[in-house]
Amino acid sequence: MVHTSLDVVDEKISAMGKALVDQRELYLGLLYPTEDYKVYGYVTNSKVKFVMVVDSSNTALRDNEIRSMFRKLHNSYTDVMCNPFYNPGDRIQSRAFDSMVTSMMIQVC
Amino acid sequence: MGFSAWFFLVCFQITELCGAKRVGYFGPTQFYIALKLIAAAQSGLPVRIESIKCELPLPRFMMSKTDAEIRFGNPAELHGTKVQIPYLITEKNTFKRMDDEDKQQETQSPTMSPLASPPSSPPHYQRVPLSHGYSKLRSSTEQMHPAPYEARQPLVQPEGPSSGAPGAKPPRHQASLIRSFSVEREPHDNNSNYLDEPWRITEEQREYYVNQFRSLQPDPSSFISGSVAKNFFTKSKLSIPELSYIWELSDADCDGALTLPEFCAAFHLIVARKNGYPLPEGLPPTLQPEYLQAAFPKPKRECSLFDSYSESMPANQQPRELNRMEKLSIKDMADFPVLAQDVTSDDNQEQNKTRLEQNKTRLALKSTADEALPKDMSEDPATSKDSNSLKARPRSRSYSSTSIEEAMKRGEDPPTPPPRPQKTHSRASSLDLNKVFQPSVPATKSGLLPPPPALPPRPCPSQISHHNVNSERSAQPKPPIQLPNYGDFRLQKQSEQASEAEIHPQLNRAPSQAADNSPTKKDIPYSQPPSKPIRRKFRPENPATENQEPSSTVGGPASAATGKPHAAVQKQSSKQKKAIQTAIRKNKEANAVLARLNSELQQQLKEVHQERIALENQLEQLRPVTVL
Repeated sequence: MVHTSLDVVDEKISAMGKALVDQRELYLGLLYPTEDYKVYGYVTNSKVKFVMVVDSSNTALRDNEIRSMFRKLHNSYTDVMCNPFYNPGDRIQSRAFDSMVTSMMIQVC
Repeated sequence: MGFSAWFFLVCFQITELCGAKRVGYFGPTQFYIALKLIAAAQSGLPVRIESIKCELPLPRFMMSKTDAEIRFGNPAELHGTKVQIPYLITEKNTFKRMDDEDKQQETQSPTMSPLASPPSSPPHYQRVPLSHGYSKLRSSTEQMHPAPYEARQPLVQPEGPSSGAPGAKPPRHQASLIRSFSVEREPHDNNSNYLDEPWRITEEQREYYVNQFRSLQPDPSSFISGSVAKNFFTKSKLSIPELSYIWELSDADCDGALTLPEFCAAFHLIVARKNGYPLPEGLPPTLQPEYLQAAFPKPKRECSLFDSYSESMPANQQPRELNRMEKLSIKDMADFPVLAQDVTSDDNQEQNKTRLEQNKTRLALKSTADEALPKDMSEDPATSKDSNSLKARPRSRSYSSTSIEEAMKRGEDPPTPPPRPQKTHSRASSLDLNKVFQPSVPATKSGLLPPPPALPPRPCPSQISHHNVNSERSAQPKPPIQLPNYGDFRLQKQSEQASEAEIHPQLNRAPSQAADNSPTKKDIPYSQPPSKPIRRKFRPENPATENQEPSSTVGGPASAATGKPHAAVQKQSSKQKKAIQTAIRKNKEANAVLARLNSELQQQLKEVHQERIALENQLEQLRPVTVL
């Protein structure tokens, strides 16, 4: 399911073309009838993609909330990147990052 | 076999009773109780908590010479510690308190009042010197017997809480303690390491860290970039995730670079980790950049106040224990309270000279912090020797030398300053590496740690101009074959930098850089002259044939890059001969020095091996017991 999301994201990116500066790629798609979840995509300037999957049983999160979550995610990600020992592509093992993510998720729930 | 079975059974019981099983390790609390139980067991009493409430004779410990003897000696040795009698005397009375206190809570503040024990007529402050002396005894014990103790290190965590609260001891033991304390005088920061937490950076450690920082980045007030720091810390042989975590902890502002306080924090965490301490969840308060920043003097004053290298950090942070220290009655410690108030003044720093190791005033005085840093900078020439020798240490020997760093980390800073380097290279230092190490210019190559041994006298510019091209990537110096390991090390280091694409700028700046190049480059190029005809001439002179092969491979790319200066070089071929001869002479001198260094290092290596063997033996012996 995540892979299909990624495909859609790529599609969107390539479609954007010149407007690559747009970070806020927020879309509500891939709402499968059976799975009823929502997938949000977010692309950074360095083409790093964040995909967020939200259960639809949760009262739909507002757009702003999603955006703020992505922003926090992005900030934490850059902090992780600052670590010279971190190789891009590795699984992120930063505790600060994890704690931020979990706190965010708890907040939403 | 019956004896040994009983023996193990008793030990097992003791381990259980003292709470080690519950806690998972032998903390000081558990250790005291265990020793007390051992005494009980040895005097025939049943192994119970109650049995240690009464006066017991001291447990009998054999003061064996070797670890082998210890293993088969007696139960106490199972814990891997050689204990001294004065140590026991002080401990004996702590046991009672420890038992009571231990039941109440694991962590105890030093100010916690003792319980139903002999009268605590000694005022509160007396506890502190005793505990201080006790911890110093411990540390001295450990220092004297680092080998067996290291085996316990995974078990023992001499962290703050319980070690800091041995309870009030009857005054009558204070005298013995004072005696023993004065005998085994340790730097005061041992105490803080024990009483407070292992995350406090001691003086010697701080100096070492600062020197390392300087070796990476000459300006103490600027940053070390991420990649530089990464290379450096990777040498510590910790795993990448751990290093990543340490970075995450220490880089507070997440900018991808380490300032001096951040660097010290990171270094300290690495040292702690290597010594077996688990990494903390968050950055301890004593490692916070603000905390450390205040400890770092900022440049504003002359360095005239400083005489020696070891006294570069007057404005130390002091734990809260200082307040207790102020009430100490032991005369050795009487200096501390004086210092506590005087830190702000310049005079204090002169006072500090005499008591620097024990000065831990917790005054985040920016003024003094600002003042002292310039002293650091201007101290550089004077301390260059030591700093160079310090730089040499991590490189010439394994960065992760456990025995030294552990001994240091345990808080047993030997009386002499920078314990780590001097402790391990006590003989090497006699080698007068000062001659060998030039106060290198660290900034010659970005990110290039100056290779350890350098020929003392700088080559004349004419020589450098010829060999400058290969300075960065050449193979080896001329040391003879008997230093293959050393040569390989250098080769490895240099081959790492061989890939740096700095040759071209080098070429252009070759003549101008002649004077700037660190002398370490000097010996390198000799074996690899830039032009081929000259190299052929050198080959017969260079007996290290094995050096030639790598050098030839490196010389390949080098020669391609040296197309430019060839023309200029050949014109001066006549001058080269003279220069070469002088260079040869100097190389030979360096060879002698290096050979000596090598032999000394080999000897130390043997010693370390022996230690290691002893430790492994001990571990083997301990293993079956702990499995129980």
